[in-house]
Amino acid sequence: MSYYFNLALRSLRRNIALTALMIGAIGIGIGASMTMLTIFRAASGDPIPGKSAQLFVPQIDNVGPQPNAPAETQDFLPPVLTYLDATGLMQAHAAVRQAAMYPVSISITPSDRSRNPLQVDARATYSDFFPMFTVPFRFGGPWTKTEDDSHAAVVVLTRALNDLLFGGANTVGQNLTIGDRTYRIVGVLDAWHPSPRFYDVGGDTFSGEDQLFLPFTRALDEQMPTVAALFCNGTGAGTGWDGLLHSNCVWIRFWVELPTAHDVASYNTFLHNYAAEQRQSGRFHWPPHVALRNVMQWLSYNHVVPPAVDTLTNVSFALLLVCVLNAVGLMLAKFMASTGMVCVRRALGATRPAIFAQFMVEAGVIGLLGGAVGIGLTKLGLVSCRAVLEKDLSLLTRFSISDVLIALALALAATLLAGLYPAWRATQAQPASQLKTQ
Amino acid sequence: MELGPILSSLRRNKVGAMLIVLQIALTLAVLCDALFIVQQQTALSRAPSGVADESSVFTIANQWVAATDDLAARERTDLAGLRALPQVADATLSPSQPLGGRLMGMGIAFRPAKSKSTAVYPVDDHAINTLGLRLIAGRNFRPEDILTTRGFRENYPSWGGVIVTRELARALDPNGNVIGRTASLVPGTTTATIIGVVDRLASGQFGGDSSAAEHSVLAPFLWADSNVFYFVRAKPGQLAAAMLAARNGLYKISRQRTIVSMQSLADARLDFYRGARGEALLMGVICAILLGVTAFGIIGLTSYWVSQRRRQIGIRRALGASAGSILRYFQVENLLISGAGSVLGIALGLAANLWILQSIAMERLPLSYLIVGTIVVLALGQVAVLWPAFRAAAVPPAVAARGA
Repeated sequence: MSYYFNLALRSLRRNIALTALMIGAIGIGIGASMTMLTIFRAASGDPIPGKSAQLFVPQIDNVGPQPNAPAETQDFLPPVLTYLDATGLMQAHAAVRQAAMYPVSISITPSDRSRNPLQVDARATYSDFFPMFTVPFRFGGPWTKTEDDSHAAVVVLTRALNDLLFGGANTVGQNLTIGDRTYRIVGVLDAWHPSPRFYDVGGDTFSGEDQLFLPFTRALDEQMPTVAALFCNGTGAGTGWDGLLHSNCVWIRFWVELPTAHDVASYNTFLHNYAAEQRQSGRFHWPPHVALRNVMQWLSYNHVVPPAVDTLTNVSFALLLVCVLNAVGLMLAKFMASTGMVCVRRALGATRPAIFAQFMVEAGVIGLLGGAVGIGLTKLGLVSCRAVLEKDLSLLTRFSISDVLIALALALAATLLAGLYPAWRATQAQPASQLKTQ
Repeated sequence: MELGPILSSLRRNKVGAMLIVLQIALTLAVLCDALFIVQQQTALSRAPSGVADESSVFTIANQWVAATDDLAARERTDLAGLRALPQVADATLSPSQPLGGRLMGMGIAFRPAKSKSTAVYPVDDHAINTLGLRLIAGRNFRPEDILTTRGFRENYPSWGGVIVTRELARALDPNGNVIGRTASLVPGTTTATIIGVVDRLASGQFGGDSSAAEHSVLAPFLWADSNVFYFVRAKPGQLAAAMLAARNGLYKISRQRTIVSMQSLADARLDFYRGARGEALLMGVICAILLGVTAFGIIGLTSYWVSQRRRQIGIRRALGASAGSILRYFQVENLLISGAGSVLGIALGLAANLWILQSIAMERLPLSYLIVGTIVVLALGQVAVLWPAFRAAAVPPAVAARGA
């Protein structure tokens, strides 16, 4: 083996230009495809490994069949719920854990009145949010179910916001002024950046972050409007805040935790029955139309991987294919040029499999060198992508160890595949014919 | 031209020729589809918004610290303060912002069940002047038309008069005959009378529905809610000064607010289409690399063929073939291979286009892209083959006598 390796290096040195061309071709192909594959993998990854199969989004059709709607939206299920349905599901308590949620934008008034207030992206939700999504805490913990029920003025800060406002001190028990009301800090999160932000894939799916959490019930009391889209259909919003709550507008995200297949089945039945009850009570005029999707199903249903990333990944793999075809041609030229050497070795007793192995080792060496060049080019490619792609995607351009290994494996597989035919052709050389012409 | 020998030598180098055919085919297919995507993205990012001179208009995202009862009065004070600034031409406010901000969406219809989705801009009577929209029919709002609302916490049975865009007018009535007619708004039981039509106000986004991109309704509201956008038109050439003066002026009026962001509409457009531009750029780079790799592939393989056939070339030269005819031989050979690759590439390109059509909203690949793409790859083949072909032509006839 080491002898073949030696032979390979010697053979590659013999025709530097051709070797460089092959390594370059493989390197460019790997560089382009790995750049896009890295982004694609980051965009389509599991944001909450180990638990993504136990977390589900229930969907309920609150509009009914729309014969006039365009064909592709006829089977439309809204991704969010009405306030009526969200509270209906919360009160039914049919899952192990459940949380309704919506994003709000709040102003934190600094204790130093000479400073300007600070705008913060926050999320109104229930206490189950934290254990359900296994959110890590640095100080304190979530608020309690009792505080959910009593509409308590409590907040949980993220580590980043606690660092910004209080220099990272343990602030549990301290007060914070939001708008003109005082809230008590009950917990500070540790670093937690699920990517994509699966529980709210509305906008800034990869870079958006909540900085503060407060009870859903409290946010409603304060009449904090949602900053996400509000879809209304059929009967309108009515008058005032109460009108919104009793309307058919959908705006509340809902997640449930269902650890076992049995839980999932019974929740499905529950959802179905819930919609049937709404029909009996005269609110819905159509047969139950509901769905229950887990995290990965939800992400694919919402097309979280941007179409641009999808297209670019396909195009970059077409480029890799062209590079591999190119390498086949170049290897063919290179291996055929060493027909004389093959004949000598064959005449000296080397078997055809031995010759084949020798050329495959040479292909492998080219693959590893091409992979190394490709890794360098991938880094360059990711830096360029960060510079030109949407800001939301810039966090996806990190190159991890697993990406490096994939790059090397891809390069090796590509060149070995490319080398198969040229190596086989090389073994077909007839020692006698070659010796004759000499 | 002697096609016979070329074909018979290609038959003997089937694999090599096939490799080039495949490379050319893939290159052509990717080139056509990628350039078409680039063209569509670029066209999208340059679509006019209807706002005159976007680089003179800026938005201020204002968030009141608390949703107190006096927001309408506060906003009137702010607007008066902004309009009084010497660097400012006019100002208005709305909870909706085109080109990447938040947008209110509704349905509007003359008959129920025929509702068209549209962006809604609750604005006051200064909007047309501030944004520089072109009123092509009817009239603008009058100050007394403007209703005060606390966002969706209050609802009006009628909005009074509204102004629609030309595209929306056409969608509502094929003849564009909308002035004075009363439309119903979905959701709810609200109605509105159309009093004016503006030439264009595009939102740049609308749930992926590109047909509704130029559907907009201006509604007569002073939107007194915790989050609003002030739109300010600076006097010509005074954008930076106007932005600074506006920020200081607003904080001087009240500190019970956060100015979440300030941005000119020109910058908002750059940000909003950044992804589309980036994608176009990456596509372009990949296409360039692809062409380069294919060219080097042709050079590499043709050089190998030339070195393989040195002896035959020498014999032909010795038998009287001119250097030019050797050159032509390799050029014609390449043209045949590239031609075969192009035919395969056109089929592949069309197939890929149909496949992409399913995943993203894209149009059919126009014929012109296939024609131009074919010309490009054929020319690429001819350029790439030149160097090895010249080397072949330079083989002296004496090689024939020397043996291999």
